[in-house]
This record gives sequence, C-alpha cells and structure tokens, in this order.
Amino acid sequence: MKYDHILIRYGELALKGKNQKTFIKQLQENIRYQLKEFSNVTVKRTQGRMFILLNGQNPDPIIKKCKQIFGIHSLSLALKVENDTESIKEVALSTLLDQPEGTTFKVEVRRANKAFPIPSQEMNQILGAHLLKNSKGYKVDVHKPHTVIKVEIREEATYITSSVIKGAGGLPVKTAGKTLLMLSGGIDSPIAGYLAMKRGVEVEAIHFHSPPFTSDRAKQKVLDLAKELTVYGHQVKVHLVPFTKLQQAIFKDIPEAYAMTVMRRMMMRISEAVCRKEGILSITTGESLGQVASQTMESMNTINEVTNYPVLRPLVTMDKEEIVQISRDIGTYDISIRPYEDCCTIFVPKSPKTRPKRDKVNELEANMDFQTLLKEAVEGIEILEIHHQEDRDEAFKDLL
Amino acid sequence: MIYLDNSATTKPYPEVLESFRQVSTQFFANPSSIHQFGGKTETLLTKARVQAASILNVKPNEIIFTSGGTEGNNMAIKGIALEHQHRGKHIITTEIEHPSVYDTCKSLEKLGFEITYLPVNEEGIISLTDLKKAIRQDTIMISVMHVNNELGSIQPIEEIGEVSKDYPKLFFHVDHVQGLGKVPLDFKKTGIDLCTMSGHKIHGLKGSGIIYIRQGTSIYPLLHGGGQEGEYRSGTENVAGSVSMVKALRMCKEKMHWHIEKMNNLKKHLRTELEKIDGVVVNTPVQGAPHLMNFSVPGLKPEVMIHSLGESGIALSTKSACSSKQLDESRVLSACGFSERRSKSAFRVSMSYDTTKEDITIFLKEFKKTVRQLKEVMG
Repeated sequence: MKYDHILIRYGELALKGKNQKTFIKQLQENIRYQLKEFSNVTVKRTQGRMFILLNGQNPDPIIKKCKQIFGIHSLSLALKVENDTESIKEVALSTLLDQPEGTTFKVEVRRANKAFPIPSQEMNQILGAHLLKNSKGYKVDVHKPHTVIKVEIREEATYITSSVIKGAGGLPVKTAGKTLLMLSGGIDSPIAGYLAMKRGVEVEAIHFHSPPFTSDRAKQKVLDLAKELTVYGHQVKVHLVPFTKLQQAIFKDIPEAYAMTVMRRMMMRISEAVCRKEGILSITTGESLGQVASQTMESMNTINEVTNYPVLRPLVTMDKEEIVQISRDIGTYDISIRPYEDCCTIFVPKSPKTRPKRDKVNELEANMDFQTLLKEAVEGIEILEIHHQEDRDEAFKDLL
Repeated sequence: MIYLDNSATTKPYPEVLESFRQVSTQFFANPSSIHQFGGKTETLLTKARVQAASILNVKPNEIIFTSGGTEGNNMAIKGIALEHQHRGKHIITTEIEHPSVYDTCKSLEKLGFEITYLPVNEEGIISLTDLKKAIRQDTIMISVMHVNNELGSIQPIEEIGEVSKDYPKLFFHVDHVQGLGKVPLDFKKTGIDLCTMSGHKIHGLKGSGIIYIRQGTSIYPLLHGGGQEGEYRSGTENVAGSVSMVKALRMCKEKMHWHIEKMNNLKKHLRTELEKIDGVVVNTPVQGAPHLMNFSVPGLKPEVMIHSLGESGIALSTKSACSSKQLDESRVLSACGFSERRSKSAFRVSMSYDTTKEDITIFLKEFKKTVRQLKEVMG
C-alpha cells in the first residue's frame, strides 16, 4: 500500500492564541525550506491541519527530515479517502495489512464531521469487525495495541493513519526573535544554539578567529557546526571576526591572570556591536556554571558588565554529560572534538583568575587603548551564509 | 567485447577515473598534514564521507574507508572476534559465504573460536529456525552475506536482523559486496552493526571500499598506526580511491532505480532462453538478485566453454573469480545440495547497468552453438 501524504501535528502551537496563524505559517515555510530538494512534494494547510503531499515520493527521507524540524509535535503517514463507509473500510484494512503479521491493533474513530451518518462508536465496531474478518494473524488489543488505526472523519475527507512518529517538539524557528550565538567550535556552544532554536529563536552565529594562531581548519570546523544547526530550521548567518590584533594587544597589556576575562569582555562588546548593527536582540553563549575558569559566577558577573543586552545561557545548569549526550544525538559531537585550536585555547594563561572583580578589570582595561582595535575588528567582519543543502557546486563539485 | 563478468569486477566509469586522476594530481597532500594543502585534502575526504553517509542513510562517523571487500570482511570478523572474545568465542556464519568471510572464520578456529556454518536450502537461503537454534550464550557475532556471489540468492537480512535484536550483545555483520547497487538494503532499519562494501563492484576502482560500523561498536583494528579513520584503520588515507568510490556510489544511486528493473527483465529473458536449451539447468533461484544468473551444463567441463566463448569476445565465469583457482566443485553449489556433476559444471553470467538486450542475445546465440559443438566432440 502506498501512503499519499504525511499529517503534521503541532501540539503547543495550538495554544498560542492570536499568534497561532503566524506560528503555523512559519512552520509551513520552515518545512518547505527543509524539503526543497524534493521538488514534487507540496506542503499544504487546510482547516487547521498541515499535510505534506507526497506525490509519489518515498516518505522515509522526508520523515527523517521532519523529525528534526522544531514546531512539529508528531507526524503520521496517512491516506486520504472519501467520506464513504466502503472506501474507509477498504483503506483501513490495507493499512492494517501493511503491518507485520502478529500485530495487535485497535481502531479509533473520530467524527469531527457530524454530518457523517454513522456515530464514531458504531463506526469503531463496523471497522473492527471488518478488519478482523478479512485478515489473518492480527488481534485486537484495546489496552496496549502495537498499532492504532486512526480514522478521522472530517468535512472535506477522511484521513486514515496508523503509526504516530514523534517529532522534535518546540516552536518553529523564527517565531521568537533573533539571537547572536557565540560559536567557538567546542562542544557546548552549538548545543546552546540548538536549544535556543528549539524555542523558536532564529540564530545567527559569531566566531572569533586569530590567524595565523588559529588555522583554516578551526574556521571550517565552525562553519561545519553552523551547518549542522541549519537542519532544525533555517539558514545560519556566521559573522567571522578577525581577532588577532586585539587578542595580541590583550596579552601584551593585561596581566596574564586577567587576560582571559578581558578577552571575554572584548568578545562581548564586539557581539553587542554586531547585534546593534543587525537588529538582533540578545546574545547566546554555551556557558555552564562552574565548568571552567571563565564560567564561575564571579566571571559571569564581570564579563556581563560590558553589555546590557540579555545573555541567554541555555546550558547554565546542565552537567557536562548531559551536554555531551545532546551533542552526540544531534551529530555535532564529532565535529566539536576535531583537535584544532580556537582563539579561546591559544594563549591560555597558566592560572587564570577564577574570581575576577569588576573594579580591578576596569582599572586594567583603562591602561589599554582598545577602542580602535574593537572598531577595526567589527569593520573586518566577514559574513557567510550557511545553507543546509549540500553545496556540491563548489571546489570539489566534479570530484564527487 | 561482451562483458558478462561484472560480479568479478566492473569497468570503472570514465567520470570515476577522471575524479581519481584529478584528486591524485591536485589533492595529493596528506590529510593529516597541518599545512593548508593538507587541510584542503582533509576537507575533501570529509565531504566524501558525508556524501557516502547521506547516500547510505547513516552517520558520517560510521563510514570507514578501506581497500575493499576482503579487507572489510576481515576487519569486521577478526575485529569483533578479538575485541569481544572475553564475552564468548562463538561465531555464526553460513556455508555459502565468500572466501574472505569463510576463510577468515576458518582462521579464527585456529585461535580457539568455534564457528557454526549454517546450511542452506537449494535456493541458497539459510533457515531462521536453524539460526535461532545456533545462537548460544557465548555467541558474539552473526555474519551473513546479503547477495551470494555465485548464485545471486538473497538472504533474509531483515529477518536475521530481527532475530539478532533479541540479543543486544550480539554483533550482526553483513557482506553487502554483491548487493550494493543491486538489492536495496537499509542498514539502520535492519539493525546491522557492520556492513562491507567494495568500490570495484560498482564501477569504482580496485583498492577502494567502505565498511559501515555502527556508532558505538568497538572492534580490534587490523592495522595499528597513525589512528586514521577514527582509529579503526591506520595508514595514510587513499583519498583518490575513496573520493572516486563515493562518486561511483552516487552515480549508481542515481541510476539504480530503473536499471534494476532493466536487469530483472534481461535476467528473466535469459532464464527463459537458457531453460529451453537441452542439457542446461538453471541454478539461480527465481527470487534472486537482478544481475546474476548461474546455470550448469552437467557433463561439460566449464573451462573449455569459457575459453571457447572467450574466442568470440564474450567474457563470463565459472564460479566466483575468487574461488575459480580451486578446480574442484563449487562449495556454494554443493552446499545447496546440487550433485557433483552439476556443481562442477556451473557458469555465471553477471550483468551491470550497462548490459544490453543485444549483449544477451549474442551471448545466447554463441552459447547455444558452443554447447552443440562441444556435445558432439564429447559424444
């Protein structure tokens, strides 16, 4: 049997009142973006429902993609039939026969269309009896069935589905404003971005690189990480900041123990400048309380002093193992552990201050002329747009 | 030349050769070197890995580039055996495996492992009941080929996967060398832990291959050294070989859908015609792979036929190329219960996407003629 469409359910969105329509529209756009490569597939909305019409396309790769799109609560392969008892019986039966023999099942009829002559209870019985009579090796189990054959009788048609596939949950990306993610190349920051996206936030990334102290591979690593994030919603813009000069100045003018704190404050200042320029309303970091020297409460307090933009820290209370688990699940782990130095790992002081004080840092920064260097860094930013589609059209096109 | 020995090896696609040439000349740097040239090469290799993973529907870190099928099979079986021997020393395989699985298992017997070789029915298929009975407390691995290289019979990989799912500690290895591009196989759905593939069977180059190793599966590497390929296989990467194989994989994937149907039709035609010839018996089961046809002319020495057809520019083989140096009967065919006369006189026609109806027609004509002549000579 061939399914002709996929039914999309969006649990939480249904509660969003007046904004509901915007949310659903955005979700539809996000799904379209992710399914661009399947040219004959269409994404439709009717009567508060969303469908992907397969038009003959194999559903497996589409389901795989949809399972990663935020805002989808669950999905089901489905068949559309006319509101006619005989057709419903026939399709329900082939849906059952599609399951491996020995499957236990139950039928669940919902009659949204009260004009349909047979009430749902009675329809349940009619279908159950029909399925049992015309199949072999299948049993009814109303308590813990392997599969539930759902029959939804609606005004325009009846939809028959069997299994329910869990979606990624969350809210559609781009419905909750935009944030600037400080993306280092480590394990944590991409997860912070991922979690922000889960709540509907659109992410742009900022990365600081210090050539020749950091290599092209370190930069490529960050771009690869950004690419991993694109599968959850939309393209990701990466702001690449040339950080060498400023970083050298810091390590020349600031005592070693405070260099890390000052460097972080500079990064924060540059990030805020980018936010202002791009109309972004917050900054997101992968900080987790107590993980390293710069992530103590004192450090956060001192670093945060330089901006009054909200700083989102989705990982702040997470254990390292929890973060690693997510990164393995979403496939960023293997990229993150590529062993290239980034600007946070070069020039690491032997014993950084774990409890830096605001006063002291301000005093030290006063001895340094960083305004010009900051401006230079911001002006030198290179912006790259990362899309989720395989970019086969570049250097290696003919080779692969 | 009419080339009907594609299960032995295939002709590389020109685009694949061109890719190999370009990579070898432009991206020869060692991917582990830290200079920019090394970085470029490394990026290229990563791209190839990502593309292979997307075609095979697995994760990039589950793709390990190898030198081919024999290495892949050795790596999987010895790798699992040595790494997990403390848990048990029993391995289950079949009587009709390729020598790179069969003889690898034999070699493990010398190290104190116990191997169960599952029998097959006359269609070359194992029984799931036999398999379930063979699983013991100390079984660490099941290794079953997907498509048999001599007969073309297809093992019930999905069902075997189901059985092995009940034993979470058991590793499931599949030799997919003959199946790749011919019979679709979903590694994830079937619960395969390790899967061997070879480049030169899909119009890639000799010396290239891929083994899929499911994330989280630890093996004892055959090759120790620089820790390349995620520590699974040390040795400077064969970037040109790997990239060109992934190219071949992509081209096959794009062509696969309608070429399978085409080969199936040719095979059906071949079967009908062969069955009409007096003295010919078809060995390949009806439900076999689309590209393979095995048949016997009992009483005839197959080498004579191969040489005679070779004169007319037609290439086919007796049994598999890897075992054809042993002149005795085919191990695979006798495992299926065929008589010695039948197993000693087997031929194999193996097609590719490029095989045409005309190739088959000419082959049939020449074959019929030669059978007649040889029968006269031998009385």
